This record gives sequence, C-alpha cells and structure tokens, in this order.
Amino acid sequence: MKAQRLGAWIAIAIGAVYFVVPLLGTFEFSLRMRRGEYSFDAYQSVFSDLQFRETFGYSMLMAALTIVFGMLLVVPTAYWVRLRLPQMRPVVEFITLLPLVIPAIVIVFGYLRLYNSSSWLPLTNSTNGTNLLLMLSYMTLSLPYMYRAVDTAMRAIDVRTLTEAAESLGAKWPTIMFRCIFPNVMSGVLSGAFITFAIVMGEFTMAALLNRPAFGPYLQLVGANKAYEPSALAVIAFAMTWLSMGLIQLVSRFNRAVPAKV
Amino acid sequence: MSFLELTNVEKSFGSNQVVHDFNMSIEKGEFVSFLGPSGCGKTTVLRMIAGFESISGGKISIAGADQNNLKPNQRNIGMVFQAYALFPNMNVSDNVAFGLKVAGKPKPEIEARVKEMLGLIHLGHLADRFPYQLSGGQQQRVALARALAPKPRVLLLDEPLSALDAKIRVSLREEIRMIQQRLGITTVFVTHDQEEALSISDRIVVMNAGRADQIGAPSEIYNRPATRFVASFVGTLNIIEAKVIDPAANRISIGDHGVTLKEPLGAVKAGDTVSLALRPEAGSIAEGAKGDTALTGEVIASNFLGSVIRTRMKVADSVISFDMFNSPGLVLPAVGETVTLRFTASDLLVIRE
Repeated sequence: MKAQRLGAWIAIAIGAVYFVVPLLGTFEFSLRMRRGEYSFDAYQSVFSDLQFRETFGYSMLMAALTIVFGMLLVVPTAYWVRLRLPQMRPVVEFITLLPLVIPAIVIVFGYLRLYNSSSWLPLTNSTNGTNLLLMLSYMTLSLPYMYRAVDTAMRAIDVRTLTEAAESLGAKWPTIMFRCIFPNVMSGVLSGAFITFAIVMGEFTMAALLNRPAFGPYLQLVGANKAYEPSALAVIAFAMTWLSMGLIQLVSRFNRAVPAKV
Repeated sequence: MSFLELTNVEKSFGSNQVVHDFNMSIEKGEFVSFLGPSGCGKTTVLRMIAGFESISGGKISIAGADQNNLKPNQRNIGMVFQAYALFPNMNVSDNVAFGLKVAGKPKPEIEARVKEMLGLIHLGHLADRFPYQLSGGQQQRVALARALAPKPRVLLLDEPLSALDAKIRVSLREEIRMIQQRLGITTVFVTHDQEEALSISDRIVVMNAGRADQIGAPSEIYNRPATRFVASFVGTLNIIEAKVIDPAANRISIGDHGVTLKEPLGAVKAGDTVSLALRPEAGSIAEGAKGDTALTGEVIASNFLGSVIRTRMKVADSVISFDMFNSPGLVLPAVGETVTLRFTASDLLVIRE
C-alpha cells in the first residue's frame, strides 16, 4: 500500500518537473535581459511595443466577437437539439467534433478557396470581410469546446419542462431563450467562452494565412527575431491561459453552489 | 355548452394510438381528475389541452373557442408540473411575476398580484428565496402561485404531488383544493393516486389504455365501478366469480351459496360465469351483523393495517377480503376458523369487461 502511494507521488513529481521546469526555465530566461542581474526589462520591452498592443487588442476583440457569435450559434442549437431534435444529436456532435479532426491549415485553405476574391462570396476582398472570415474560423475552432460546455450545462436543467412552463405563462421564443434558458446555462457558456478566449489568443495558422494582425503571428514574429522577449511573451500567454482556466474553475464552483436542477 | 370541451379527441405517435375517442365536458369552476396507471394517456390528454401536444383528431374548446390551432402561449392556461419547473435563476417573487411581466402588466399591478398570490400560498416571507433554497412542498406551492398569477382560464396540474413525501402530499392536496374553490378556477388534475383523486375531485375520469373507462363523481366511481378495470384500479375490491342459475330472477351461486342480485344480470344465460365486485368494507363477520346475504368460508390470513384489519377468507374458488375497524377489544379470527360474512346483496356489483 505504502509502496503504491510512494509510486504515485513519484509519478506526480516527475509529471510536475516535466511541466514546471521548462516553465521556470523560460521565466528565469525572460528575466536575464539585463546582463549580470534579473530584471523585467523583457516584459517592459514587450509591453512598450506598439505592435504588441495592437495585435493583443485585435485578438482580444476577435475573441470577444467569437464568444458572442459563438454563443448565439451554439446555445440555440444545443437547446433545439435537446428540445425538438434529439435524433439529430449524433450528427451535431459529429459536426462539432470535426475541427478537432481536420487540421486548422486544411480548414483555412478550404475557406480561402471558397471565399477568395474570385469566388461567389469574396470575403477576402476587403479587410472587414477577412476579419469576418477569421472570426468565423475561430468560431469553428472553438465549436467542440463551446458546444460541449453548453450542452453539459443544459443537461443539468430540465430544458423541456422549463420551456413548457414559460410557454404556459405566455412567453414566446426570445423570452424563453434569453430569460429562462440563457441565465441557467451561463456557467457552461462562460466555460466555453474562456476556452474560446484562450484558443483565439494563441491561434497562429488562421490569422497568419488570412494575413490579419493577430497576437499569434506576432508571437511567432517576435520569437524569430528577438532573444528574451519571446520568453516573456510565452510567460504572458501562459498567465492568460491560466487566468482563463482559473475563471472556469471559479464559475464551475459557483454553479455547484447554486444547483440548477429543477 | 360546457366551459372546457374535449370532443372525439385522439392522439397517435406514429402508428401507436395512445388516446382513443376521448370525450369530456368540464363545467366552469369544476375540479376534474384524470386517474389511471402509467401510460394510460392521462398526461397526453392534459398536454393536448395545454397545447404541448398536437391533437391527431377531434376538437378541444374553451368557452366555445376552438383551441386546436392555438399555441400554448396563446391559450391562457396555467400549468403546474410534477418537477415544479421553477426558473432556477429567479427568486420566488420573480417566478410568480414572470407570467405577468410577459403579459406586459404595469409594475404596481404585478407587485400587488405577486403579494396576493404569495399570501394565498402562505409564502410571503420567502419572496426573496431562490428555488434551491425551498423544500419540495414550498417549490410546488410557488409553482401553483406562478400558474395562477396571470389569472388563467383553466388550471392544469400534472401529477403535482408525486415528488413529495406522504404527509406534505396530503396537506398540499387539501390546500390546492381550497385555493381552487376560493378562486373558482376550472381545474384538471392528473394523478395515478386514487386516494388523491377521490379526496379532492368534483368528478373523476378513470382512464385505461387511452380511453375513458368511467367518468363520474368520486362516490359513484368508488361505489359503482363501470368496468372491471375501474373496479380493480379504484380502491381495493374483491372480484368474485359466480355462476348464473336463473338470469331472469338475477339468481347466481357463489360456491354453494345462492344469491339473488339486486341489479339485472344482463344478457347471460344459465350456467354462464359472471364477475361480481364486493368492497372489503361492505361486509361484516360480527355477531348480529346486518345483511340479507351471507357467505361462509375459511379464514386464510389477517393483516393489521392500522385503523382497519383486513381479513381474507376463502369461499369456494374465490378469496374475499373484508375489513374490520381496529379497536382495543377486537378479537381477530384465527387462520383456519370458519366465519360467516354478511352483507346486503345490493353491495354485489356485476362487473362488465
């Protein structure tokens, strides 16, 4: 029994070392910009870079738009599948899983082929059109996570009975959706939103091939041309991801404290 | 014309017909219960009245207006669900106010109505609580207040007490009946619990396999079941197989005992077997018990049920149960003892299939 526990602890320690040591190494390296002493010069350099602020702001905006439009697509879809089309569930699950199976580069080449300047819907003809295409690409990438998070939240409430209760009280579809269903699946929506945020902030392929000034290509550019700043950016990116994960945990905990099951 | 009319209502799911030619007229202010086992179609009929299920045939009308093509949110029907269905993101007050807000009522009117409804269910002090902070009974009372707040024309209750414990169930059903009588609202109540239906209904519809086997007042349903199903489903009933001796004279025999029935036997001939029903409380084995009919048999078991003791005796091929009120001085018949059960012949009902 004791030997088993010791083995488990050793496994955990090896795992921790495997993950933590490179991170500590990166962090330590990012502090070495000033010769002979530790400093936050690399971080200062990153934060003072105009391109950092522009790309970071751009990706933040894209993440926000992806989350809003993703929610508007996923919540009604999951609701409808649960309420009226349960037989379509396997099909929808399969479709939402496709972005995990098909590489991002294949998806984006597909988009470029479908929406290039000589196609029937030339989205890449204009900046706004390309931005829209990038946002739709991000929605596609986040679909597996967003759909599952929302669907799991819906499983926790009796969607059918809540809908019928609202209908019997005279409510129409928009009222049911935004006042009875949305607030009760908010924890799932937020979980999906944070994952989407993390994906969008680090995504490279789509943004690079659509030639948009996003944070992912900027990370790559800095990594190829500078020494210490890439490490500082890697630590910042990790911090953002962890913040998102922490917020998911917080929201999940809040959800457990307020049981939604009717 | 009645207030709520169901005319030749039918419902099929694919090739499976679950409601057959259902007819029912419910008066304004009446409390009607649909009683039956699981899968008999009672909830389906209720959901068709609410508009949650489309009807495959027939017509549903309220106050003379056809409801068939109206959506649930256009029918002005209040509904209480077995699972409470309170909105988890809203507190008690907001739950009750929901229908009024949807209807676009002015704020002062909403506040006054919510207060009135919470007073009606005695939960005014819990107005700020969320559903998860309430017990099952409290949640169901809030659901009732929420359904009643927009002043619906009809109130539908879909097994509202099934998820509650026995004591709360009894008190809440009395409260529901009291509120219904005070408001005079036409109510349809679905239950599989015969005691619930018998205790609070003006009329009961006993449903079996998608059909209404019998519609009548509780006493009528209990005392004069129209079919074998109603007889066996409502209350405890002895089904006794008897042989017809003289159809014209309504004379039958149960084992060696000849009995003349009070009601006509119908189209049977001598030698046929008929089923008779006898309530356990109809007879007595006490000395000096009254009754023009007597059956003698051997006691096979006695069960103590609290207020009554139910004894089973064997008469010919039938086992007959009868009840005795519990009292400290009561001497129970011993197993194997021969006893004579007396009752009036009018208590024996001929069961039609």
